[in-house]
Amino acid sequence: MPSLKDLRNRIASVKATQKITKAMQMVAAAKLRRAQAAAEAARPYAERMETVLANLASGVSGSSAPRLIGGTGSDKVHLLVVCTAERGLCGAFNSSIARLARDKANALKAQGKTVKIICVGKKGYDILRRQFEKDIIELIDLRAFKQVGFVNAEGIAQNILARFANGEFDVATLFFSKFKSVISQIPTAQRIIPAEIPTGAPKTEAVYEYEPGESEILETLLPRNLTVQVLRAILENAASEQGARMSAMDSATRNAGEMIKKQTQLYNRSRQAMITKELIEIISGAEAL
Amino acid sequence: MATFKFELVSPERILFSGDVVSVIVPAVEGEITVLAGHAPMVATLKAGIVLVQATSDNGKEFFVNGGLIEINAGATTILAEQGRFLEDVNAAVLDQEILTAETKLTGSQDEDEKRRLHEALVQLREFKHVFDSRKAA
Repeated sequence: MPSLKDLRNRIASVKATQKITKAMQMVAAAKLRRAQAAAEAARPYAERMETVLANLASGVSGSSAPRLIGGTGSDKVHLLVVCTAERGLCGAFNSSIARLARDKANALKAQGKTVKIICVGKKGYDILRRQFEKDIIELIDLRAFKQVGFVNAEGIAQNILARFANGEFDVATLFFSKFKSVISQIPTAQRIIPAEIPTGAPKTEAVYEYEPGESEILETLLPRNLTVQVLRAILENAASEQGARMSAMDSATRNAGEMIKKQTQLYNRSRQAMITKELIEIISGAEAL
Repeated sequence: MATFKFELVSPERILFSGDVVSVIVPAVEGEITVLAGHAPMVATLKAGIVLVQATSDNGKEFFVNGGLIEINAGATTILAEQGRFLEDVNAAVLDQEILTAETKLTGSQDEDEKRRLHEALVQLREFKHVFDSRKAA
């Protein structure tokens, strides 16, 4: 039976924890609004880019297609770009992305393919390092940037493109978490090289004029498309992270509240028991006289 | 006046969306004026000013740096690599852009890439010139 003082201390410490989780929840809620707005603002550009690209790509035939669409012709070496958060305490957010990447890496290895991993975000690196220490070729840290934007995405895309140009890999897949709602984030794997062209996209009847030529436009468009895809992944990830943190902290706050309630009840009960005991002692002492 | 749907989108946000009478864009091979009923077309853009003439007012100006314009029967869209309201642009911003372009150029190894970056840099410098003379006038 814990003493009254123990109980008091315990309640105080849970209360302090609750204050922290509550504050984190509110901060996450405020950040979420910003991140969500940024993710939604980036969507039209990415969607537009996709339709233009689909229109252009339907015009180029198999062998003459640029390597970013057609691939290198083999699929021996896979590059996994795993985007996660820089911080923890956001529920299963980081681990569910890492799990998806790990399953994919294991499946590829079982097929005898080589796997290389680039981690964007420290948390994913921490998780994947345990199993794939040797396969991780780079860790990109975005902690220094308060507002992650186009410039960061461009840097990452350039990095990937340079490695592709050097023939370091054949297929690249991007892992991130799609923001669906505050309570639901979907870990997603998206193939970025060779680019996934949405098939069955509504073909416009019109025949386009191109200025300059079709292939020149495609050539500038493809690297840019990669940047846009990376940017979208980062922004969706940022929104998902805050959403996951918000709901994780919300349930932590609620759990703390429940614990405080239980402990307070226990405290009151043992206080009452002590008073009753003392009363009985006094009464029986008086009777004995 | 006949109008058409026009959108100016940068990676970070939508800068303009609505019905317009005409749009003047700086394409790589010269300026293009788009009116309602323009033939479908895709063109890449260079650094310059996009002039949007909405139905009644005197027109809005935007600064774009690279990107492309897609014109089709339904709507006209500019996907700008970088886009800003012209009011937000000043000499310091342009100098910063030129500096980034220069560092990128010195950092690249690929020949094609170099050629492209060099073109972009020249375009930016040209625009800086135009911008300065505009301000002086």
